[in-house]
Amino acid sequence: MKHTLAVLVENKPGVLARVSGLFSRRGFNIESLAVGTTEDLTVSRMTIVVAGDDRVLAQVTSQLGKLIDVISISDLPPDESVDRGLALIKVAADTETRSEIMQIADIFRAKIIDVGAETLIVEVTGDQAKIVAITDMLDRFGIRELVRTGRIAMSRGTKMITGGNI
Amino acid sequence: MTDTSISGAKALIACLRNEGVDTIFGYPGGVLLPLYDELYDSDIRHILVRHEQGAAHAADGYARATGKVGVCLATSGPGATNLVTGIANAYMDSVPIVAITGQVPTPMIGNDAFQEADITGITLPITKHNYLIKNINDLPWVVKEAFYIASTGRPGPVLIDLPKDITTEEFEFEYPKRVYLRGYHPDIAVDNDRVKRAASMIRESKRPVIYAGGGVIISNAASELLKLAETIMAPVTTTLLGIGAFPGTHQLALGMPGMHGTKYANYAIQESDLLITVGARFDDRVTGKIDAFAPHAKVIHIDIDPAEIGKNIRVDLPIIGNAGPVMQSLGSHLQGMQTRSQEWLAKIAAWKKEQPLQYNRSENVIKPQQVVQEFYDACPDAIIVTEVGQNQMWAAQYFKFESPRTFITSGGLGTMGYGFPAAMGAKVGCPNKTVIDIAGDGSFQMMSQELATVAKNDIKVIVAILNNGNLGMVRQWQQLFFDERYSYTNIADSVDFVKLAEAYGLIGIRVDEPSGISSAISEALAADRTVVIDFVVDPMENVFPMVPAGAAINEILDLEVAS
Repeated sequence: MKHTLAVLVENKPGVLARVSGLFSRRGFNIESLAVGTTEDLTVSRMTIVVAGDDRVLAQVTSQLGKLIDVISISDLPPDESVDRGLALIKVAADTETRSEIMQIADIFRAKIIDVGAETLIVEVTGDQAKIVAITDMLDRFGIRELVRTGRIAMSRGTKMITGGNI
Repeated sequence: MTDTSISGAKALIACLRNEGVDTIFGYPGGVLLPLYDELYDSDIRHILVRHEQGAAHAADGYARATGKVGVCLATSGPGATNLVTGIANAYMDSVPIVAITGQVPTPMIGNDAFQEADITGITLPITKHNYLIKNINDLPWVVKEAFYIASTGRPGPVLIDLPKDITTEEFEFEYPKRVYLRGYHPDIAVDNDRVKRAASMIRESKRPVIYAGGGVIISNAASELLKLAETIMAPVTTTLLGIGAFPGTHQLALGMPGMHGTKYANYAIQESDLLITVGARFDDRVTGKIDAFAPHAKVIHIDIDPAEIGKNIRVDLPIIGNAGPVMQSLGSHLQGMQTRSQEWLAKIAAWKKEQPLQYNRSENVIKPQQVVQEFYDACPDAIIVTEVGQNQMWAAQYFKFESPRTFITSGGLGTMGYGFPAAMGAKVGCPNKTVIDIAGDGSFQMMSQELATVAKNDIKVIVAILNNGNLGMVRQWQQLFFDERYSYTNIADSVDFVKLAEAYGLIGIRVDEPSGISSAISEALAADRTVVIDFVVDPMENVFPMVPAGAAINEILDLEVAS
């Protein structure tokens, strides 16, 4: 079972080390972690995807809550939130395959952001399933390099997770 | 710079004065020169230790004995790393200390400068929080926050790393009046609904047991515990760190549970139908085999730290909060309740009578348990500090502690060498109390250099070495579980402890016969300086009862006692 946590933290040096160190020493597995600033410059937001049952989730949440620099922790259930990741995929492409790859990219609403003599770079944004799907489709052309961001997520509708409302 | 600006070093002293700090245990070094120059004129008492680990343990002992925040100070690099064991020890036992370390000047950080160590990185997992001050304007609020964080909620150590250039820079100093931390809210209101549910569970219970830990002492809630226990007529077992939270001579006292607990405490837990846990954390030394722990009991868990709930054991009713107010509220809901525990208390009384703590007495060789008992007879109000191992367990078993903060021991980390410097810190914090370090010959040798500190600072403690010439607890396990293959546990004749004490200008006494115990204790109590008593005890004496590691806590080994 995977859980996506939105964690608001003080935008201070060392806070990423505090959070990642906690996960490693307590034996929790981070599947994905993304961090960046928010609408409030003193607050950073981490989106952490963690695997584990409810007991693990409770431990992760309460241990994170003990970190002084952690302001709030919210669990984002999949049906009440949206999540996105971004991938850059460098695919082998010659004159014969180039147009087919571009068609696939088009279907996935991905962008070609670089064209070389022997490769293309595809930029795709989407949820986990979409990125896996396009990766599978491009696999047979030969993926030369792949880089992905961690996932970021947000609640649907009017529910807000901001530094100001705690 | 204006006329009113002061240096970082001066400001730090001012911050400490504002926090009510009267004592610092420390050791100087290169990057601390500006700070020590200010300390020279300060009215804060600085106790110069002989090893920084001693400073950390002394601050810890001071904090546990007084309830105040202990402060230790060390220079950068090796000074700071020498504090690490003491900080880890304080973290495991939730002790409020503030550790201040010098650091190389900010422009040199990260360059592997002389005596540089990344102490905030190193102590990340063993501090409640830590700080590296990179801007002098941060210094006042960092110190304010550090003391607040260390002493509130579940207490713990906080480290402040202070680069040398920050101590010499000047700025307009103003001490903040309050702390604003949006991610830290230690004041938790009592959850009345849960307290009511706990009260009804208690009313229905026929075989309740209160399992009280160090949280009761931290919360200064011994009187609330006594009142609750007497209201509901439930027996009380106190963990190693909870000893003193409940009067040891009270008819409802069960003593310590777990690996070396009393048989009746363990039997009571195993047959209980309701375990009322207060400020304890189901440590593996208490629970034994976790699946077989308290199999018939519903569990109420009162703790200030939400992360302790469900960490080791399933809990039927968690109550997050401060032990004192929660127990007070619980007690008020249960005023005048009709207890259903008479039969249960009779059963426990029978266990206590039939299966007490016991050892084979001797007229020829000193039994360590007898030494502890004679100390109890001579000075029942003393603060007892221990080292780690057999000495610690015998002290926990055979001294009857009546009040909180009188038993000080390294529980979670199990740090050999803790006792003597912690005793020193306790004595500094409580100068009118008798302070005794129940020691082993192994543990004492890990921090015996602090004899110089107690000698030079006129700190009087009694070090009672239960000298069995062995690393006794490990030797015991080798005897019981490793076919008596005593691999590197014999340390007999390491040193003449009497001469060692005398070498520091202190008093050494050797006792090798049971008849000499009480006169040695009297002499030590009457002495005007620290006394080291070398009790030459039975080298093969074991700590019993004993639950082997991994067994259920009612699967108990005990010795045959000659009638």
